[in-house]
Amino acid sequence: MNEEIFRFSVGGDGVATLTFDDSGRSMNVLNEASLASLYRGIEAAVADPQVKAVLIESGKDDFIAGADLDMVLAFDDREKTFQDTLALHRHLRRLETCGKPVAVAINGTALGGGFELCLACHRRIAGDRPKARIGLPEVTLGLLPGGGGTQRLPRLLGIRAALPLLLEGKTVAPAAALELGLVHEVVPAGSESEAARAWLLANIGKDILQPWDAKGYRIPGGPVQSPQGMETFFAGNPMTLAKTRDNYPAPRWILSCVYEGLQTDFDTGCRTEAAYFVEAAFSPEARAMIRTVFIGMGRVKRQSARPTGIAPRRFSRVGVLGAGMMGAGIAFAQASAGIDTVLLDVTTEAAERGKRHAQDLLDRRMAKGRTTQEAAAAVLARILPTTDYDALAGCDLVIEAVFEDRAIKAEVTRAAEARLARDAIVASNTSTLPITGLARACARPERFIGLHFFSPVDRMELVEVIVGEATSDETLAHAMDYVKQIRKIAIVVRDSRGFYTSRVCASYVREGLRMLTEGIAPALIDNAGTLAGMPVGPLALADELALDTILRINRQNAADLGAEYERSPVDDVVETMVERCHRLGKARGGGFYDYEPGRHRRIWPGLAERFPRRDPQPALDVLQRRLLHVQAIDAARCLEAGVVRSATDADVGALLGWGFPVCRGGPIGLIRQLGAATFCAECDGLAAAYGPRFTPTERLRRIARGDEPFYAD
Amino acid sequence: MTEAYIYDAVRTPRGRGRRDGALHAVTPVRLAATPLAALAQRNPIDTAAIDDVVFGCVEPVGEQSCDIARIAALVAGYDIAAPGTQVNRFCASGLEACNIAAGQIMAGQSDLVVGGGVESMSRVPMMSSGGMWATDPQVAALTHFVPQGISADLLATLHGYSRRDLDAYAAQSHRRAAAAQAAGAFDRSLVPVRDVGGRVVLTTDEGVRPDTTVESLASLKPAFADQGEKLGFDAVAIARYPEVLRVEHLHHAGNSSAIVDGAAAVLFGTRAAGARFGLTPRARVRAFASVGTEPTIMLTGPSFAVEKALRRAGMDARDVDLFEVNEAFAAVVLRFMEATGVPHDRINVAGGAIALGHPLGATGAMILGVLLDELERRDLTVGVATLCVGAGMGTAMLIERVQG
Repeated sequence: MNEEIFRFSVGGDGVATLTFDDSGRSMNVLNEASLASLYRGIEAAVADPQVKAVLIESGKDDFIAGADLDMVLAFDDREKTFQDTLALHRHLRRLETCGKPVAVAINGTALGGGFELCLACHRRIAGDRPKARIGLPEVTLGLLPGGGGTQRLPRLLGIRAALPLLLEGKTVAPAAALELGLVHEVVPAGSESEAARAWLLANIGKDILQPWDAKGYRIPGGPVQSPQGMETFFAGNPMTLAKTRDNYPAPRWILSCVYEGLQTDFDTGCRTEAAYFVEAAFSPEARAMIRTVFIGMGRVKRQSARPTGIAPRRFSRVGVLGAGMMGAGIAFAQASAGIDTVLLDVTTEAAERGKRHAQDLLDRRMAKGRTTQEAAAAVLARILPTTDYDALAGCDLVIEAVFEDRAIKAEVTRAAEARLARDAIVASNTSTLPITGLARACARPERFIGLHFFSPVDRMELVEVIVGEATSDETLAHAMDYVKQIRKIAIVVRDSRGFYTSRVCASYVREGLRMLTEGIAPALIDNAGTLAGMPVGPLALADELALDTILRINRQNAADLGAEYERSPVDDVVETMVERCHRLGKARGGGFYDYEPGRHRRIWPGLAERFPRRDPQPALDVLQRRLLHVQAIDAARCLEAGVVRSATDADVGALLGWGFPVCRGGPIGLIRQLGAATFCAECDGLAAAYGPRFTPTERLRRIARGDEPFYAD
Repeated sequence: MTEAYIYDAVRTPRGRGRRDGALHAVTPVRLAATPLAALAQRNPIDTAAIDDVVFGCVEPVGEQSCDIARIAALVAGYDIAAPGTQVNRFCASGLEACNIAAGQIMAGQSDLVVGGGVESMSRVPMMSSGGMWATDPQVAALTHFVPQGISADLLATLHGYSRRDLDAYAAQSHRRAAAAQAAGAFDRSLVPVRDVGGRVVLTTDEGVRPDTTVESLASLKPAFADQGEKLGFDAVAIARYPEVLRVEHLHHAGNSSAIVDGAAAVLFGTRAAGARFGLTPRARVRAFASVGTEPTIMLTGPSFAVEKALRRAGMDARDVDLFEVNEAFAAVVLRFMEATGVPHDRINVAGGAIALGHPLGATGAMILGVLLDELERRDLTVGVATLCVGAGMGTAMLIERVQG
């Protein structure tokens, strides 16, 4: 049986060892082949009278990463998946009820199905490896534990303790896993198998049972039908629904596995879990999340869009021009990644204020125990606040983050460039001004690029890397190296109005503002946005972006485009709000909403006068469709025009950039999820009712007809 | 169709539903047996002739379980021939029991039936039976379950009722109940509750506070803000009512129905059965109805149930002299008035559950009795009793006084 993925051997001491070592992969994952091998191994160990105890271990540096998600994406027969899931339950039950002690040596990460295998063992011994992760993160991809996890964990820890782990998909290091009761022992790294073997030898011949199979077992903390159980679900249901807005069915299905399954015997509970698992595995939400969050995000993190054949560059000294909110945030991010940072502003006070921002963030992290005094001091020491352009000498890169004004940007860029080596890169953090135009201020436009960070920089992972007409491949590749070095995620965007994220996100806000002019109740507009899964409603988002900023951008676009600029009701809304009502937004005394400290925001009462309500109000689902489809169709246009280079970049950028609903997998993911034909039909309906901005592109129509493949990842 | 007549209606006084409430020492089955025994005592009937005892009870668990209607009938000394059944239509259970009792007669399948209900909220608290509606994750999501207090606040938010509107209504309920007590309006129907030694433990409704004012209620904290905001029930409600930006939490212990213990029984019969025992009919059942309405807002059923019952009788709201609309929450009655256009002076003329209390399974039978007493006291003819019901329902009975 040497070809087995789970190698089976029996020692003279009567301990059978099942070693998981998939020679075809760097990580152990559970798929059809490895599961079949596991089942053969379990059967052999259980059936062989020479075997007195069973040890499960890994031949890799980690234990098991989880299920093979490509396998999950490939599921195409619900009945087969259901039967396969029941088979997994049956074999794990056979293992834990075989009468022989079973121990598992968890020599590293054990996630999802990998940890579910551990839960089916009598003794879980983890190595003390702080980087290892243990837990059941299925829910983060729209799935649920399908290997008995929803049945064993609550029977082990109690319903109330298990639910947060199942519902949040939190993974923990071995030490924390011990504290939570997920493992029995933590032993020095490398001694896991030895410790497991010792436990087995001490327990051979004893009547070893899982707690839930022991006589007199009671669910810790009380069963479902008890005051505690009732209270848990009474509160857990609305808390989950409020958090997911029921756009994510997996948490609700997990709750049901526990609620239904823990009122029955173990095997019936597993059957319940299997039925819900199939629902989850075949749900459009899980498919979209696996594609974008797991596969897509991995691809973007690996920077598959980076031009090839260019040697990577490491950045040791980088200048930031302008110590405002963005500049200070960028300075903090790169200093945290070990880069010496020159933070330049017009006055010493302004530059110092920028450094203080880093200090504040570090203080907060220290208070939470997320960094140490020494590490914080080292980060701060890397930030040099200054007013002196000469301090930029020796920088590999200078990022301009000053006010959005072409003249000022040109001036600081020129001043900086004059101090830099010929191979240094100059970048602009503009969110609105075309890069190609800004590059004209440079002596070396091929070394000029856009690096569009998001606010707050310390929390937002995305950076849009904007390629101007003159930007060289080498500059792009190195700019991406920089983004990677500061542990952020880059998508490559072609220079154009609004780039990608600002442009598509603006289509959401604009659709909301149009609704206002149609007499739709403001609360309904914003609730339609959040109930569709957006983090904030369009009106609230406009308030946050500041209405005068939106007006300025609209006017800039009108000036730049001249006769090509199409005025829309949106321009009127913004002009009315800013110029007639003096409502500038959240930071400036209120916009569509009134904001009073310590009170919930309220719709500004004057709004009803300016934009009278017209009844009947439209159905919620129509509004939700408008708000999502308008983004999807614009993202498709960006993709077709080469503003973004791949569906993956478009989707990952949308999730990270402006919080597009993860359950849709991004705007292009939404089209894929609905099917291009359905999407086109719905857009045609919207176009007929609300205007040509919803009209599908010709390419989308060809995709819908099946004449062309879907957008490439 | 056989006509169903009401011959008598009795109830216990309502005791505060807490440990220090006057009826806390009384077991639910003895509480239920009290009005049953009173009916048999006040009316010269042979309990062997009773075709059924139908009793409402909302938390039929523990000592309130085991078909409390049948057991209470035995405890009340009824003949073993009198069967009993317990029904649950949440807050309208007591009226539903009366509808079923009347319905058996109208269908020609029974001659003499007792309807009524019981709830000892101090001994078997709300939610004791658990139930899948709030706890089963699929059910809670599908139905957008929120607790009734959230529904009441949502109702007030949607229709713009202010805290002051609600409190003014509540204060009025106390004033009317106090006036009714002072005038002896409840005396005909009230039967005292006694302990095993025959000692009287309660003779009048405990909760009425005639000095209640808008000002005295102002200090009470909203009762459902935590459920709404911390547990996320507001978000669940808004998902169903997305035109609401925020649920205003306006209801509190003083403008919601009081938690109490109590029981009631109403004697229904055919004209012939009454004559056989020498009884005089007091009213005729004109129609009854239940409706289903949107379950998240839950509490809008009464106007629809009344409309349905009136339609069956070929009448409209203007033909009705008096309404009893259960005061589950102040907003329920304000909404009923707005939806039907019926003025307050024809609704709940003797106060309601805000002052007197709402013993869940019994209330419907109690307000039916109050309605009948008030029609007689004021020499009016037509009355409707109605209640809002959990999970979005409404139940109503339309009666008409008869002479002799």
